Amino acid sequence: MPHYFFSWEEYVLLKLREVKELLEAEVFTGEDKLDLEVESGFGSDLMSDVLAFARGKVILLTGLTNNHVINTATMVDAVAVVFVRGKRPGPELIAAAEKIGLPLLGTRFIMFSSCGRLYQAGLKGCSELRVGENLAGETDEEK
Amino acid sequence: MKRNSKQPLEIVIPIKMKDFKAGGDGAARIKQVLQKIGFPPDIIRRVAIAAYEAEMNIVINSLGGEIKATVSTDVITIIARDYGPGIPDIELAMQEGYSTAPREIQEMGFGAGMGLPNIRRCADRMTVESKQGQGTTITIEIYNR
Repeated sequence: MPHYFFSWEEYVLLKLREVKELLEAEVFTGEDKLDLEVESGFGSDLMSDVLAFARGKVILLTGLTNNHVINTATMVDAVAVVFVRGKRPGPELIAAAEKIGLPLLGTRFIMFSSCGRLYQAGLKGCSELRVGENLAGETDEEK
Repeated sequence: MKRNSKQPLEIVIPIKMKDFKAGGDGAARIKQVLQKIGFPPDIIRRVAIAAYEAEMNIVINSLGGEIKATVSTDVITIIARDYGPGIPDIELAMQEGYSTAPREIQEMGFGAGMGLPNIRRCADRMTVESKQGQGTTITIEIYNR
């Protein structure tokens, strides 16, 4: 498995509990998983972009509330999904996420503000993750 | 992994046109099987993403088709086959951002012209064959190494 490493000096992991506080979020499902940690963020309403560029222990922020958000989150092994700008998932979606153990949160903040709040707290975007290095700076090949 | 590479495992999933609700179930099933066998997570991830995009391509653009995954220890092959209408210009379709999908598809988070480029990004080998009026076959190979 490739290791991911931030080229930034501070390596910030956020607990879902902290994400919840920063975004003043509601938890639709996964109240018991708020101690899970995320290391990167991705904000998009375009699921193909998420599939292409999301990596690491990522939290996905989106304004879409259809079943493809859950599918996409599963494919990229996202830690959790946050619905922005007050969007609420339907009961079917919540049930599907509950079944696979994917926490769903919701915030009234728009996408820009939501991402900004998490970034300000130190969470980096997926594009700032470097593939092939771990925290010690070793590459997969060197080990 | 105990599976004998001479007897690859085959998973065939039929895909219905415009069935947006079930779209993605096939890729999820393939992912589950690979997890059970115990493939490395990054291999599983690439297969899952490629299969999901291929599946959504069939759902959105075709008259229906199937996804076939052939799994051996060395290589995972996904063949996505549909019954038409076919891609008139494959080179154009491979370009990021080129899409013929209508607005309602884009509102679901797809149809932004990232499908085939995404598949290529995940695949070690990829071929697209298409005949107008007959259908399209995409073959994706991802090596386990």
